[in-house]
Amino acid sequence: MSTLLALARLRAMRDGVAQRITTVRHCHVSERPMVFIPLKLAGEAAAPLGAMVGTDPDHPRLLVVPQPRNRDLRFAFAGELAEVLLPYIESFQKATETVEKKVGEPYERCLDAPQIVVPNRPAVAFTGLLGRSTRFRRVDGPYPVHPSVPLLGRWLTYFTDRASQPGSSLLLAATDVLGAHWATGQSGLEDANLAALVGWIDPPPGMSGPRAAEEAEDPLLWPPAGPATDPGFDNEVLGPAIRAYEDAPTARAVERVAQALRSQLEPTWRLTWRAVELLRALPEGSRVRDRWDADRGSFTRFVERIAEGGPPQARRDGAVGAAARLAGLERARAGYDVQRAYDDPLVMAEYRLTGEAFAGVVTGAEPEHFEGEGRSRKLRPLITVRTQDPVRLAPGAVLGSPDRRGHGAEVVGLAGGEITLKIVKGMGRGKTPAPGAVPQPGERVCYTSLTDDFQTSAALPDPEQTPWTHGGPPEEYAPSDDDAQEEWE
Amino acid sequence: MNRLDRLRGPVPPRAHDARAIAALAANPGCARRALLDAAGVDKDGTARHLGFPAPFGQSQFAITRGNVFEALVKENGCAELLRLMRELLGLPVDQVGYQDVENVGSHLRASHTRALIDRAARELDAAVFYDHPMLSLEIAGHTAYLEPDVLAFQLGGRFHIVEIKSFAVIDGQAEPEKVAAAARQAAVYVMALRALMADLGHDPERVSHDVVLICPENFANRPTASLVDVRKQLAVLKRQLARMARVDRLLEGLPPELTFSLDPDDEGVPTRSARELAEALGRIPARYAPDCLSTCDMCMFCRDEARSCGSTDLLGRQVRDQLGGVAAASEALGLAEGTVVPGEGQEEIARVLRLANRLREECLT
Repeated sequence: MSTLLALARLRAMRDGVAQRITTVRHCHVSERPMVFIPLKLAGEAAAPLGAMVGTDPDHPRLLVVPQPRNRDLRFAFAGELAEVLLPYIESFQKATETVEKKVGEPYERCLDAPQIVVPNRPAVAFTGLLGRSTRFRRVDGPYPVHPSVPLLGRWLTYFTDRASQPGSSLLLAATDVLGAHWATGQSGLEDANLAALVGWIDPPPGMSGPRAAEEAEDPLLWPPAGPATDPGFDNEVLGPAIRAYEDAPTARAVERVAQALRSQLEPTWRLTWRAVELLRALPEGSRVRDRWDADRGSFTRFVERIAEGGPPQARRDGAVGAAARLAGLERARAGYDVQRAYDDPLVMAEYRLTGEAFAGVVTGAEPEHFEGEGRSRKLRPLITVRTQDPVRLAPGAVLGSPDRRGHGAEVVGLAGGEITLKIVKGMGRGKTPAPGAVPQPGERVCYTSLTDDFQTSAALPDPEQTPWTHGGPPEEYAPSDDDAQEEWE
Repeated sequence: MNRLDRLRGPVPPRAHDARAIAALAANPGCARRALLDAAGVDKDGTARHLGFPAPFGQSQFAITRGNVFEALVKENGCAELLRLMRELLGLPVDQVGYQDVENVGSHLRASHTRALIDRAARELDAAVFYDHPMLSLEIAGHTAYLEPDVLAFQLGGRFHIVEIKSFAVIDGQAEPEKVAAAARQAAVYVMALRALMADLGHDPERVSHDVVLICPENFANRPTASLVDVRKQLAVLKRQLARMARVDRLLEGLPPELTFSLDPDDEGVPTRSARELAEALGRIPARYAPDCLSTCDMCMFCRDEARSCGSTDLLGRQVRDQLGGVAAASEALGLAEGTVVPGEGQEEIARVLRLANRLREECLT
C-alpha cells in the first residue's frame, strides 16, 4: 500500500466512483476467454454444488450436482466440466510457431493459449482443490472413472499453480485484476465482493459507486460470487430442493436444484463478463505481450508433458522442486514489478515518490563527451536533468529509462534539483551516438534504478542429488490404488 | 442497580464465548464493543433493531457437517480421539477415562468442571477426557463462561485443550485464516484453564501451550490430529486483555441514566425508537476497522457511522497508516491538494501527500 494508492482511494471516496491507478492494462485479455464460476457446498472442503462455464456470454453451460454428498454425482460433475474445458484447451494446441533461441535448439510454441476467468480468489483456490481431488483418479482398477476426469484434474492443477505466478494471465481472478487497475472508496476486504467492486468501477446509470456497492451487499439482489453460497439461500432454497431430490430423484427434482443454482450463478456470470469487458477497454501495456508469450510457452510445455505421459503433479513439491518454484516466483515478481513501472507512468510514480526514480526536463547535453585515453577512450555522453522529484540515488547508481529500450545511464552527481547523468548503454557502436540515443535539451525524460536485467536461475542440484539435510532424493511418484480410491465425500 | 445492568436493560446478560473474546482482543481499542460486551448486551439484537443487521449467517449444511464430524470424533467415549492423541503425542496410554460434564445440567457445569479438574490434577496417573466442560475467565472485570470441545487430562503429565473443527486439512495444509481463528479461540481456553489451575493451587504450566486440533483429513470424514502452538496467540491475548480499558474507566463521564435497553414489552418485542438507541450508542466512541465486518455484530452500524463522518478508517488500517493517522478523508485530501494548512506534526505527511497528488495529476493529464 503506497501513499499514491491511499490518495486514489480517498478520491474515490470523495467522488463516489473508483479511480484508475494505472494508465494501461497490465494483464492479457484473451479474445476467447472461458469464464468459470464454481459453487461449493458449505462446510465441505471440495464438494462441488454446480458451476456456470463457457466462452459465450449469452450461452453459459450450467452444471448441477443435485446431491453434493453423492460421490458418483461428483464424478459426473467432473466429467461434465471436462467436456467443456478439455475441448477448449485442446483447441489451442494445434497451431504452433517455431521460436528461435539465442542459445540452444529452436522450439515449438502454441500461437495462443487458453485463458480462464473466475470471479475471485477463493474460486482459484477451489479450482485447485477440484484439481487435487481428481488428478490422481484412475481409469482402471477399483473405482474407475472416465479418462477425462484425471486429465481435467491435471489441467485444473496446472492453471491454479500458474495463477500464483506474478504476471501470468492464464487463470485470472476478476476481483484481483480489477483491483490492480482501479482503487475504490472502500477497504480491500470489501473489494473481494465482485458485485461491490464492479459497482464502484462502473455503477449503473444514475447511481453512485457507494450506492451500487451497498446494493451489492444484499445477497437477495446480488448473490455472493461463490464458491461459498449465501447461508440464507442454503437454508431456505437449496436445502429443501436437495431434500426433495433425496426423496424422489426425478428430473423435476433435478430441475428444481438447477433453477436454484441458476438464480445464484447468473448475476455473477454477467458480472464476470462485465469485468472482462472493462479490462478489455483499457489500452494494453507494451510488455503484456512478452508475459503472454511466457504463458504460451509454459502452456506448450505442459501440453508436451501430458502428451509424453508424465505423472500427475505431486501432492507436495520435493526440496529441490520447492526451491526452484520459489526462486521462479521471486524472479517473476521482481520482473513483473519492473515491467509494470516501465509500461506505466502512474506505476512509475510510486518509485518517484520513494526516490528510486525521477522525471524531469533535460537542461543540458554533451553528446560527444569521452572518457579515458588511448584504447580505453570511450564515448560517454553527459546530460543534465532538472527535476522536482525527491531523488534518493547516490552517484554511481545504474539507471534505466522507460523512454528508450536498451538505454543505460549512471548518476554522476546531484546538485540543487539538477542531476548529471552519464549515458553508458544504448548509443550504438559509432564514434558519435546513434541518432536519438542521447536525450536533447528540452526533452522530458524519466530514469529509475529499477532494471529488469536477465537473472540466471538459482543453481540447484538435480532432484536425485538432494542432500540429506533436505530429506535426500524424493521418492519417485508411482500412481497407486490408494490415490485412486481416496475418499471424496 | 449496577451500572452495567442498567446499560443492558431488563434482560439476562449475554454469555461470552471464546470467539467473542478472541474478537475483543482483536480490536482492544474499541470502547463501544468493550462496554457492550461487559454489560452482556445482545449485540445482534441491538444491531437488528437499529436496522443494521450483521451479515453473518450459518448454512445448515455447514452446521450439519460440523455436528456430524464432532460426533464422529467423540463417539464411544472419544475412542477415535484417543487413537489420534496416542499417535500424535507418541504415548503408551491404553486407557483413558471419559466423563461427560454435560450430565450435571448447565447451571452446575462450571463448578463441577472445577471440582473434576482439581481431582484430576491431584491424581497423577489418571488420564481422562472431559467432554462439554465449562471454564470461566475474568474479562474486563466480569466473568465469561467458556465451553471448549474437550479437555484431555494427564496425557504424558500434561493437560491439553482439544479443538474439533470441520475444515479440512489437505495434504497437511489447511486454510491459514481458519487455523489462525481456531488457534486464537483455543488460546482463550488455555488461558482460562491455566487461570483455574493457578486458582486451585496447581502449576498452571501443566496446561500445554500446544493445543490439539482435530480436523477432517483430505476430502474424507476421517479425522486427523495436529498440534498447534498457541504461545504467540496467548501472549497477544494476555497483552490485549491487560491493556483493554477497564470497564469502570469507560463508564466514567457517561450520564448515569444512559442505557442501551431495547425496552422490550411483555412479549419481548423492542419498543425503543431506533434513533434514540443510536444516539445512546453514539455516546461511546467506536473504533471501526474493516476487520470488524467479519467479527462484530455491530459492524454495519459502526461502518455507517464512520461513513457519515468521512473517516479514513473505512479504507482499512493500511491506508490509514499511509495517511499518517489523519482521521478525516477531507482533511487528508485537503493536505494533498494544499487547501488545508498542515497542523503541527503533519508537515511530513502533508509533503508526501502533496507530492503524491502532483505525481497523480501529472500522470493522468
